Amino acid sequence: MTIRQLSVFLENKTGHLNEILAILAKNNININALTVADSSDYGLLRMLVSDPEKAVEVLHAKHYSVRIHDVLSLEMGAAPGSMSHILNLFTDAGLSIEYVYAFSFGSKSILVLRTDNQEKAIEVIQTNRLKTIHESDLKATV
Amino acid sequence: MIWNEKIECMSREDMRALQSERLIELVNRVYNNVAFYRHRMEEMGVEPSDIKSIDDIVKLPFTYKNDLRDHYPFGLFAVPMKDIVRVHASSGTTGKPTTVGYTKNDIKNWREVLARCLTMAGISSDDVMQVSYGYGLFTGGLGVHYGAETVGCTVIPISGGNTRRQLQLMSDFGSTVLACTPSYALHLADALAENGYSLKDMKLKVGVFGAEPWTENMRLELEKKWGIKAFDIYGLSEIMGPGVANDCIHHVGLHVHEDHFFPEIVDSGTKLPMADGEEGELVFTTLTKEGIPLLRYNTRDLSTLNRSTCKCGRTTVRMKKITGRSDDMLIIRGVNLFPSQIEHVLLEMGETSAHYMLYVDRENNLDTLELKVELDETNRMETIRDLQMLSRKIQHALNNAIGLSVKVTLVEPKTIARSEGKAVRVVDKRKK
Repeated sequence: MTIRQLSVFLENKTGHLNEILAILAKNNININALTVADSSDYGLLRMLVSDPEKAVEVLHAKHYSVRIHDVLSLEMGAAPGSMSHILNLFTDAGLSIEYVYAFSFGSKSILVLRTDNQEKAIEVIQTNRLKTIHESDLKATV
Repeated sequence: MIWNEKIECMSREDMRALQSERLIELVNRVYNNVAFYRHRMEEMGVEPSDIKSIDDIVKLPFTYKNDLRDHYPFGLFAVPMKDIVRVHASSGTTGKPTTVGYTKNDIKNWREVLARCLTMAGISSDDVMQVSYGYGLFTGGLGVHYGAETVGCTVIPISGGNTRRQLQLMSDFGSTVLACTPSYALHLADALAENGYSLKDMKLKVGVFGAEPWTENMRLELEKKWGIKAFDIYGLSEIMGPGVANDCIHHVGLHVHEDHFFPEIVDSGTKLPMADGEEGELVFTTLTKEGIPLLRYNTRDLSTLNRSTCKCGRTTVRMKKITGRSDDMLIIRGVNLFPSQIEHVLLEMGETSAHYMLYVDRENNLDTLELKVELDETNRMETIRDLQMLSRKIQHALNNAIGLSVKVTLVEPKTIARSEGKAVRVVDKRKK
């Protein structure tokens, strides 16, 4: 139902994101999706990577503040309004979206989201038979 | 004008006799009434009868801020609580405040020394004094207030803050004296124009500034900006509060009211007494204090002493204006702050690492504090909101513990420089 996402705390410094990307590259870790949330003082880098455990290990070794979180991941249709349709289901169930991002993988359009109530969100997914994405789905050769 | 010519112009010989008499009485009093001092003296093998004159003061134990903390709240008081008429407190080093108590006599003496200070600055019953020191547990506001009433001034107890109202009342009430911290005085001066005032609207003649170290240059700048005479009033709550010493119109050091507060200078390393003119830690013995009398309290302020007669006619010993300290205590908007207090709060919360850096600066003449603190490598922060909530939580905890608002910035682990020797925790950009 969920996939593992990396969150890295980032200060707003020039070239900082690139340092992290270089560390991952050096360790042959592939990034499937990446998004940065930012405030005036700092940012949070969120990533789905090919090997989350190894990524945590190599980033910790360089003293980055990094955690793995389980997040919900769903496959969307390609037609206009697909994402809106899915988000509406959550809204109707009284859930707030804390963050959301989307990416495509091969021919798939994928949505990653975090709500304020994980259990209830899973209920919504099951009731509406939404198609979830598993980590193995992201391992397919591109 | 001299408030108490008999004392302030007393011959050195008579002063020493008075001090000797008071010291002997004091030592007997603390030995009999304060367990802490009796134990200290016993440890050192000193008995009250060993103290025969003021010269014997060097035989007595020192007192440090930690001793007050260890006996929090009232452990060093020398009289029953029924004789204590007021308590003041300042923030301590590890969360607990430093508490002091005053008897009726102490308050009377406090008014007396303050009346001397204010008179030294040319203040009289013709003056309208705006007291912009904080009122409350802090000794600044109430201390100066009572002294000003004793002199007969019209007192405006406006307390600190609210710049716009300060200027409005200063103009409307025609304040002739301003009492506050030097940095706030500078802030008020710079705020004149933007609030629609000019010096022509003000009747200010004198400033009595203190509660934080400031330079002679700043004194001159304040005189120029306000068109006033600016004076330095020195004090600390452990000894009494404001009024321990003050400079006269010649500004050649601060006259110490040494019939009440006996000063010594000791080497910051060996703690051995130093000769007049040599710089070291300033130590005070409260010769007349009843509520919480202290023997050889080490202020950690650095100064020198000068016992020559001043051009103003006063014979009382003068201490050099304080511009530095021998420990890491900071004075922020008149509030004492030790970096260890910050560490204590962070450790107690346990949600970040204890590696931090404190940046002190002065914007528009007001002290600002910024704390950079390292996130833990395994923090649970998942959203920006989590991070902001953590910042706010730290901010709130610091505000509760030290009474100052601090801007909190989270930084990445291991980004604050580690030091092999004494950790550098503070960058004070106010020092130019």
